Amino acid sequence: MRYTTTQSFALIILRLTIGWHFLYEGGVKILNSGWSSKAYLMDSGGLMKGFFEWISGNEALLSFSDLSNAWGLTLIGLSLILGLFTRVSSIAGMAILLLYYLSHPAFPGIEYLFPSDGSYFIINKTLVEFFALLVLCVFPTSQIFGLERIFCKNKQRNPSYGK
Amino acid sequence: MENSKPEKEARKISRRDILAGLAALPIVGVIGYGLYKNKEHANKINSSLLSEIKPEITPGLPPLIEGKTLRLGIIGSGGRGGYLMKALGFLHPDRIDEYEKNSKTDKYWKQYLKDFRAQENLNVQITAVCDIFERNARRGLEAAANIHRNGTGSSMGTPPKRFSTYKELLASPDVDAVVIATPDHWHVPMALEAARNGKHVYCEKPLSWTIPETYEIRKTVNESGVVFQLGHQGRQTESYNVARSLIKQNVLGKISLIEVCTNRNDPNGAWVYEISPEANEQTIDWKQFIGQAPWHDFSLERFFRWRCWWDYSTGLSGDLFTHEYDALNQILDLGIPNSAMASGGIYFFKDGRTVPDVLNMAFEYPDRDLTLLYSATLASEKNRGKVIMGHDAYLELSDTLIVNVDPQSSRYKEKLEQGIVEPFKPIFSYVPGQGKVDAITSPTEKYFAGRGLLYTYRDGKAIDTTHLHLREWLNCIRAGKGAQPSCNIDRAFEEAMSAHMGTVSFKEGRRAYWDAEKEKIV
Repeated sequence: MRYTTTQSFALIILRLTIGWHFLYEGGVKILNSGWSSKAYLMDSGGLMKGFFEWISGNEALLSFSDLSNAWGLTLIGLSLILGLFTRVSSIAGMAILLLYYLSHPAFPGIEYLFPSDGSYFIINKTLVEFFALLVLCVFPTSQIFGLERIFCKNKQRNPSYGK
Repeated sequence: MENSKPEKEARKISRRDILAGLAALPIVGVIGYGLYKNKEHANKINSSLLSEIKPEITPGLPPLIEGKTLRLGIIGSGGRGGYLMKALGFLHPDRIDEYEKNSKTDKYWKQYLKDFRAQENLNVQITAVCDIFERNARRGLEAAANIHRNGTGSSMGTPPKRFSTYKELLASPDVDAVVIATPDHWHVPMALEAARNGKHVYCEKPLSWTIPETYEIRKTVNESGVVFQLGHQGRQTESYNVARSLIKQNVLGKISLIEVCTNRNDPNGAWVYEISPEANEQTIDWKQFIGQAPWHDFSLERFFRWRCWWDYSTGLSGDLFTHEYDALNQILDLGIPNSAMASGGIYFFKDGRTVPDVLNMAFEYPDRDLTLLYSATLASEKNRGKVIMGHDAYLELSDTLIVNVDPQSSRYKEKLEQGIVEPFKPIFSYVPGQGKVDAITSPTEKYFAGRGLLYTYRDGKAIDTTHLHLREWLNCIRAGKGAQPSCNIDRAFEEAMSAHMGTVSFKEGRRAYWDAEKEKIV
C-alpha cells in the first residue's frame, strides 16, 4: 500500500497535532511541581468510579499515577512528533486515553464537578482522540516523516512507502 | 550482483531523508517555548504572591498529655450527647453493628468505621450517666461500657453508674469532669453546679439561656478554677487558623463587611426531630426537663423538639449564629459587638413553634469599622457561605479556604494590571491536610479550589473536630496550672452576650446596644 502525498500529509498532520497535545499536557504537569491527578480521580464517575477513587486515596498509587501521567504524556508526545517508535507510543497513548475515558465516561446521567466543554453522548473528545491514535497505529508515517526514516533506512526499507 | 545496487542505494541516507527525519524538531522547540512561558507565568504568580505572605499552619497536633485516667460524667446522652461520647471513643454496640453492615456495601461507611476505631484513645472512663429519658440513659450506659469499640455480643467493660438527677451525678466522688449536652435552659444551672463541685466542664453551646445567668457562670467558673470548654468544635478547624494568619498579614486589606449564613431545608435541620416510640410520661422525667422554664403540660413535641420554643431554646441566634460568630471571633478577635439589629419571623414552619425560622441580624463594630451580617433560613439550602470582605480581596471559608482578588484592589493593582492575578478569581487556596497554602496557577486548580468540598466530603479522611475539641479540654485538665482551652469561659461569655443581643433586638423590635464599660445589654 502506498500513500498519495495528500494522504501522507493528512496522516502526518494528525500525528503532529496529537503529539503536540500530549507533549504540552505532559510538560505542564512535569514543570508544575504541585500538579496531582488527585482531584480529577476523585471526580470520577461511571462503572470504574470506585477504582479511580481508590487510587486517589492511596498515596503510593497516586504518586505512580501522577508520575506515569506526566512522563507518559510527555514521552508519547515526543515520540509522535519526532516520529520514533510511533506504533508503541500510539498504543500507549490509547491506553492512557482509555483510562481517562473510563474515569470520566460521557454517559447520560453522570455529572462531574469538572465542567465539560461541550455536550456529549457516549462519544467525547477523549474517545475521538483515542480512535485518531488507532488510525495512526495502523497507518504509520514515521518512516516518511520522522526519525525512523533515518534510523530504519539502514535495516530494511519498508516496501509500503516506495520512493 | 544485479540486486546489490538497489540495496546499496536503499541504505544510503539521502539529504532528503535527513530533512524529512528531522523536520519535526522545530515543533518540539515551539512546544518547549510554550512550556517555558507557562512555567515562567506560574513562577511569577507563585513568587509574587507567596513571597509576601507567610501563612501559619500549625504542624500536627500537640501530644496527648499523659496522666491518670480521667473519670467523666455525661449529662444528657441523647443525640448530641451520643455524638460527644463517640468523639470520646464510646459508641453504642448496635451502632457499630450498623456501621459494619453498611461497610459491606459502602466503602465510605467502611472508612468511617475504620476512622472511629483508629481514633486516639483519650485515656478517659465514663463513670456516670444522667438522662431524664429512660431510653437515652440506657443507651448511654451501654455505649459507655463499649470500651473495645465492638459490636453487640462482644465483651464489654463495666457500665457506668446511672444517676437520676444531675445534682447527684455532680456530687459523686467518682466524677472528675463532666460533659453537658442538654437543652439550652439547662446549660448554666448544670455548669454552675459542676464548677461549685470542682468538676471540669465541657458544655454544649450556647453558653447560656438568659442574660443574668451568663454573668453568674463566668464568675463561678473563674473562681472555682475548673477547666471550662464551650462546645464550639469549629475552634479546631484548620482553615480558620490559616484564615487568621492571612488576615493578620493584611492579605484582604481593610475589612468592612462580613457575611455569614445558615441555610437548611429539611425537618431535621429545622429541629423537627423524630419522636421516640419509647417516649411517654412514664419514661420521661418531665418535671426535671422543665427546670427553670415556665411550666407546660407534658408534651412529646416540646421534649424532642425543644429548640422550637423560647421556653427552652435560644433560637437561631443561640443555636446556629453562635457557630458562625465563634468562628469569626476566633479569626478576628471580634469580641462583643457595639450593637445588634435583628428581624425575621416564622415564615415556613408554622408548626406551633415560637422561635423564628428566618432571621437576619446586623452587628456593628464601629471600633473595627465593620459590620457582621448574619442571615438564616431553615427553608432553603442555597449555600451563601462565610465571606470576609476586604478592600483588596475577599475570603471564602468552609473547611477549605479561598482568597479571591477584588478588581478595584489597591494592594494588588499592579498585579492586576500585569495580569498576574485575575479579578474575582482565587489566588490562594488551602485544603486541610495538605499542610500548605498554594498560590493558584492553573485553570483546573482555579476550578477545583472553588469547590473545596470535593476534598472534605469525598476524601473520607476528615478529622472529627469534636474529638479534637474534647481532646484539647482533657489536655488542659491534665496540664493544670491554669491551662485554658481555646473556647474558654471568656470566649463563651462573648459568644453568649452577642447572641443575646440579637435575640433582645428581635424580641423587642429595637436596636440592642452593648455598654462595654458596665458590661450590659442596653
